[in-house]
Amino acid sequence: MTAKNVRVKVDEMKTNVGLIKNVELSVGKVVTDNWDEPMGPTPMPHITTLRNWDMMLLNKYKPFYMPDCDLCCLCTYGKCDLTAGKRGACGLNIADQSSRIVLIACCIGAATHNGHARHVVDHLIEKYGRRYPLDVGGFNVKVEAPVTRLVTGIKPETLGDLDDILSYTESQITHLVSAAHTGQESNNLDFESKAFHAGRMDQVGMEIADLAQISVFDFPKADPEAPLIKMGIGTVDYKKPVIMCIGHNVVPSVGIIDYMKDHKLDDKMEVVGLCCTAIDNTRYFDRAKIVGPISWELRYIRGGFADVVVLDEQCVRTDCSLEAERVKAPVIAASEKNCIGYKDRTNDPVDEIVSDLVSGKVPGVMILDPEKVGEVAVRVAQQVAPIRKKMKSLPELDQIKELAKKCRHCNLCQRSCPQDLAIEPAITAAAEGDFSKLADLYEACIGCGRCEEACPVKLEIHSYILKVGEKKMLEETNYCRSGRGAVQDVEIRSVGGPLVLGEIPGIVALVGCANYPNGGKDVYDIAREFALRRYIVVTSGCSAMSAGSYKNEDGKTLYEEFPGGFEAGGVLNVGSCVSNPHIAGAAIKVANIFAKRNLRGNYEEIADYIHNRVGAVGLAWGAYSQKAASIASGFWSLGVPVLVGPHGVKYRRMLMGRSDKPENWEVLDARTGNKVNVGPAPEHLFQTVETPQEAMVQIAKLCIRPNDTWKGRSGKLTHYIDLHKRHYGVMPPDIHRFIRTQADIPITMKDEIVEILKQNDWKESVIPDPTMLPRMIRKVKE
Amino acid sequence: MSCEPWQCAEIAATKKANPIPKPEIAVAMIKRAARPLLIVGSNVVSRCMEGKPAIDFIVDLAKASKVPVVATAHIVGEFVKRGYQPAAFMPATDIGNRVVDPDWQGLDGKGHPDLVIFVGLPYYMESLILSGLKHFAPDLKTMTLDNMYHVHASWSFPNASLTEWASNLKVMTSKFNEGGN
Repeated sequence: MTAKNVRVKVDEMKTNVGLIKNVELSVGKVVTDNWDEPMGPTPMPHITTLRNWDMMLLNKYKPFYMPDCDLCCLCTYGKCDLTAGKRGACGLNIADQSSRIVLIACCIGAATHNGHARHVVDHLIEKYGRRYPLDVGGFNVKVEAPVTRLVTGIKPETLGDLDDILSYTESQITHLVSAAHTGQESNNLDFESKAFHAGRMDQVGMEIADLAQISVFDFPKADPEAPLIKMGIGTVDYKKPVIMCIGHNVVPSVGIIDYMKDHKLDDKMEVVGLCCTAIDNTRYFDRAKIVGPISWELRYIRGGFADVVVLDEQCVRTDCSLEAERVKAPVIAASEKNCIGYKDRTNDPVDEIVSDLVSGKVPGVMILDPEKVGEVAVRVAQQVAPIRKKMKSLPELDQIKELAKKCRHCNLCQRSCPQDLAIEPAITAAAEGDFSKLADLYEACIGCGRCEEACPVKLEIHSYILKVGEKKMLEETNYCRSGRGAVQDVEIRSVGGPLVLGEIPGIVALVGCANYPNGGKDVYDIAREFALRRYIVVTSGCSAMSAGSYKNEDGKTLYEEFPGGFEAGGVLNVGSCVSNPHIAGAAIKVANIFAKRNLRGNYEEIADYIHNRVGAVGLAWGAYSQKAASIASGFWSLGVPVLVGPHGVKYRRMLMGRSDKPENWEVLDARTGNKVNVGPAPEHLFQTVETPQEAMVQIAKLCIRPNDTWKGRSGKLTHYIDLHKRHYGVMPPDIHRFIRTQADIPITMKDEIVEILKQNDWKESVIPDPTMLPRMIRKVKE
Repeated sequence: MSCEPWQCAEIAATKKANPIPKPEIAVAMIKRAARPLLIVGSNVVSRCMEGKPAIDFIVDLAKASKVPVVATAHIVGEFVKRGYQPAAFMPATDIGNRVVDPDWQGLDGKGHPDLVIFVGLPYYMESLILSGLKHFAPDLKTMTLDNMYHVHASWSFPNASLTEWASNLKVMTSKFNEGGN
């Protein structure tokens, strides 16, 4: 509980010690709370407070830069050529510049989530007041804001507390962005440390946004049995008016759903969503439907399925409005961050706005009042739907055949395709009446539309792919579990021990966007593989949708096949982008609830604990955005490794360990103070993988931690070796680096591994009480 | 044959790869290197020419040239199936991160490679790893054997058809098999 700008003025006061006159006391902020945990060493860290911790990680996992551009063109000194060690006019070299770009990306991501949180919190405070209590899980979640508690030392209890915490994160993000100005920070590792700090601020901002919306909108509260939600374009009843919401901020959608409910229209219309708004809509209203992840915006707008398109913020294709215009679907821009050039109609009468949109007088409007968005969207959809249902938006096959004959075979379509798809042969075949090659592109195409932009004869290639894939598209009927929010304290108590000892082999978090190299099935395959192996599989955002978009041999989606609890073999969707801190929070709560470590403002100790003991790995198979960068950065800072799919290499910097350098893998044994070599565990902090098979093997390996018991290590190695043999066809080359004692050897592979150990001159070592922090040593060595 | 980057937007380079006009030139440059290394990516399994995957051509080339191979991603087993044992296998960024280190003494511990040859990684991955080497290992020479022009390499074949790619690889293999300098 906090109070800002407290002023006490005493004109005259008689006391036992004398007379006090004209005393004025001014206090910037009074903080009181009901949290009796002692304050740790780093509450509300400034941008350099945790620099030493960051540098420890960056020394272990050094940046490997892969610049996307040889130039810097951020100031008028430039453009400066920074190739191969040259310094620019400001003095920066390419390593500094590359890390500066990383910082800028992470700041954009952190600012976006914090801006989102600010909008949600301000809106809810205006509506419900600062004293509105937070509740993310009742008695099941007593540690309700683990990230915020850890970073700031504050235990938020009301919406007003969230407002104060956001003031802190906003100030930090401002400092961080300022460090990227020309003539400020000049060292690549300091840029990297600041990027880590941006990640910390990002995690806090996301947590605040989700705390606020869970509490006020009554989303599922840490519910392992959150409802199963219909997902896929085939689940939508197109006889009804359809409102399609795209983006991340649920507030305008709440306005739409409330209006529908108030007017008893909720079973007479369809509210469908793309990207994270879709997930949060279903947390508010379980009859809302998810039609797909971010990359399918073009697919579903151009497909003509929406009668009204409502755009809020983040990851909204900036040509959504133009695409909607093509299919005569009115657009409502509902976020001040995404005005689309539309006239602000927030204060106009609803009847006028509806009339203008229905008549087509204007293609879209901006409305910043969510209740008004709700009424306008519903009324427009009702009136427009009967007209729109008669429209055809995609060309017929015979038209495609004729249009395809215009192809000049220049191959610019394939050369512009991020997946390097063989588009030209598919168009050539279509011109001959063979659509099978176009159909093959449907699954792998991410719907970016770059092929069309490149085509010199303006063939609408994406529309052709959609038409050919239309039947498949209309058969998409799956389930996604609604975002459950936090992990319960009792769940942490159940799994904390087995996780830390390694007996549950790890937590695999499949998060992030949908810039997949070959469609979303890879996400499903990876998730299912690890759920069957009884890892804890956590999903969020677009990856949560992709994970649910395929079925097993019994016709069950992943969320029907596996339980939704934070347990071995569970598959739980925490929610949207801003729900990601529940994953970090679960790891933090393992340290706090299971291991009884204080978390209040105690960042280094908790991160050290997680890094050395909690076998968690993030996989952002289709990461594309700056937000994904800042989300990853928040995990790096906690010492949690993150893998990205092949497109993730475009983040231009990996944080990589060197398994061939034994000196890099020493930790301190907190019992003795001795340095102990624990091998490359985990080997990398940020790594790109090329194929899903490689991702599976790397995930299994990156779950290994120094603290594993022999039983836990043996189990983890069994998974690593098994996956490696299956996908690579051979034994892993580095088994000897992960075996500390004979007991670590998986029993079924003993003979084979003992031989490998002999070949590598292996020596037995001890299993330490691992830490990277000298202050954690209980007994200093004499 | 074009020396524009295969992916149209990959243009932001001030130092661009010299085009390899014919496969014999590539062979000569590889023969001139004291410690060449060939990094082979996963696309050699999925890309086909003349009715067989590109890895078949690469195995022939590797055997003929005796250049040690690092297989990236999961494809080591594909080599083994074809009776060829790569010198090592590891993730693409792992080998990139080793090569960029001037103190790395190569796979055999006997010295840093002086020529690193790439083939078959996803275009954008290969491009960015080559960029990392161009900037941070400026004395290292790099080459690509793909049919896609890579601007960040020291030497790259121009954009070419699959037929031309197959032909280039076969010519290289035959020249190595012929021996001599």
